[in-house]
Amino acid sequence: MVGFYTLLYKELLRFWRVVFQTVAAPILTALLYLLIFSHILQDRVTVYIDVGYTQFLVPGLAMMSVLQNAFANGSSSIIQSKVTGNIVFLLLAPISNFQVFLAYLLASVIRGVSVGFGVVLASIIFINISTFNFFWIIIFAVLGAGILACLGLLAGIWAEKFDQVAVFQNFIVMPMTFLSGVFYSIHSLPEFWQQVSRSNPFFYMIDGFRYGFFGKSDVSPMVSFLVVGIVFLSLSAVTFNVIKSGYKLRT
Amino acid sequence: MTAALEIKNINKHYGSFNALSDVSLNVREGEFFALLGPNGAGKTTLISILAGLCVADSGSTAVMGKDVSSDYLEARKKLGVVPQELVYDPFFTVREMLTIQSGYFGIRGNTDWIEEVTSGLGLQDKMDENMRTLSGGMKRRVLVAQALMHKPPVIILDEPTAGVDVELRRGLWKFMKNLNSQGHTIVLTTHYLEEAEVLCERVGMLKNGRLAALDTTQNLLKRFSGIRLVLRTKKMVLPSALNEYLLEVAADGEWVFRLSDYSEVEVILRELRRVEDEVISMVLREADLEDVFFSVIKED
Ligand SMILES: Nc1ncnc2c1ncn2[C@@H]1O[C@H](COP(=O)(O)OP(=O)(O)OP(=O)(O)O)[C@@H](O)[C@H]1O
Ligand SMILES: [Mg+2]
Repeated sequence: MVGFYTLLYKELLRFWRVVFQTVAAPILTALLYLLIFSHILQDRVTVYIDVGYTQFLVPGLAMMSVLQNAFANGSSSIIQSKVTGNIVFLLLAPISNFQVFLAYLLASVIRGVSVGFGVVLASIIFINISTFNFFWIIIFAVLGAGILACLGLLAGIWAEKFDQVAVFQNFIVMPMTFLSGVFYSIHSLPEFWQQVSRSNPFFYMIDGFRYGFFGKSDVSPMVSFLVVGIVFLSLSAVTFNVIKSGYKLRT
Repeated sequence: MTAALEIKNINKHYGSFNALSDVSLNVREGEFFALLGPNGAGKTTLISILAGLCVADSGSTAVMGKDVSSDYLEARKKLGVVPQELVYDPFFTVREMLTIQSGYFGIRGNTDWIEEVTSGLGLQDKMDENMRTLSGGMKRRVLVAQALMHKPPVIILDEPTAGVDVELRRGLWKFMKNLNSQGHTIVLTTHYLEEAEVLCERVGMLKNGRLAALDTTQNLLKRFSGIRLVLRTKKMVLPSALNEYLLEVAADGEWVFRLSDYSEVEVILRELRRVEDEVISMVLREADLEDVFFSVIKED
């Protein structure tokens, strides 16, 4: 187990060393979104009666930060190690494939959730936010981060250059996040786009997460939990098996 | 007794290129073994397969009796590898790097051994410097130290002396000899053949992915032994009687003769006198591993 803890510690240290870039900067970005969108849209958009748009926006932005940072952590750690070649130290080490997977997963989840937590904390300074059910908040933050951590690891393993990770990020992660209802409730969309959104697993992460704050959501939190849970387990299985197979790591 | 390294019928191809063809060899426990071969012969590929960094198309390998793929955790514990490429993690200092490396192998702290290895390798002043700021030779030393953190019974060094100054090279070999005398098996690749000749009891030579020679250093020297006479004459027209002695024509056109006895020098000179040729320059020396190497590499 020492091997596993060491790898986890190393991964945490890796982002903690550059905490301004990995945690503080994304929090600031989220706050800027919050400031601008809420200022422009506060009186024009009503999503749920008795929930102001600014309040509505905070969980969405927090979740978006969780997802993006969980993805960024896994993908950048792997691709950096591959490009600089120091991944051999890990490949030579007697740490089981499952422990390698778990250490990278946990480190990415911790980074994602830390940033999300930071966004909520920073928002509380300016905005009055209540929480309805803490349990759901944590569940959806962790599972959402887990899903994006897996995607990040897969992208990092698959990519051979940094810009290939960026492609993954810009063409898959970003669109799916934006189209998942971070800035709106899908009930405000035309019927067709509502259907499209429902086939996007990101929608369930954000909807369920938001339920934890307001006790209101587009679909039942149990349904979201089921969808998100199944996606997380499937992606974990895929990622673990890719690591185990040595794909692109052990040529 | 189990072999330290057991390599059975390894094949590895990249596209249509055969990097390794049916390579089999064993390294015994406690041996100091040299794996030699020209650039691109497949040395690093073979080491990567032993280390599990690379998967062979067919064949099997084991470290101290532990199969590299089916028993990968045990096999990795037995092996320390110094990679050929100067890789490092720019996030950490030397001390952190070695502590993390120890942790990967299940060892907490490890401060005494870190101390001993780093002072043996002349790294004691660099312990708290970031890896990024070290010179190439210093990075190489850290790689060696990293491979030794878990005191592996088998140590493989892939060109550890490339880009390393004379002092460290001496220090490194002293360190390795000491480990070897304590029972560690050591395998190295190098392009400095005099190193291999002095250090290694046994030599394997790879050529185009095939094992071209495998024997004790002494036997190889004996088999290809004799005296080398390097000669330049005025005319440089070889008398036919000397054909049987000629080993090769060196790159700059000089003849290299292979003699079994110093008395044969007289035979050569006599033949040259007969055709009224004159010696311009002449060097006489004992055959060394480099001669063996070139003979093996030239053979078909
Ligand atoms: N990933 C790869 N893809 C394609 N070809 C490769 C790959 N790795 C190695 N090769 C080829 O396999 C051959 C053997 O390479 P290897 O690195 O094992 O040689 P080497 O004996 O270690 O040489 P050197 O003395 O230069 O280190 C070379 O021709 C090399 O180009
Ligand atoms: Mg090599």
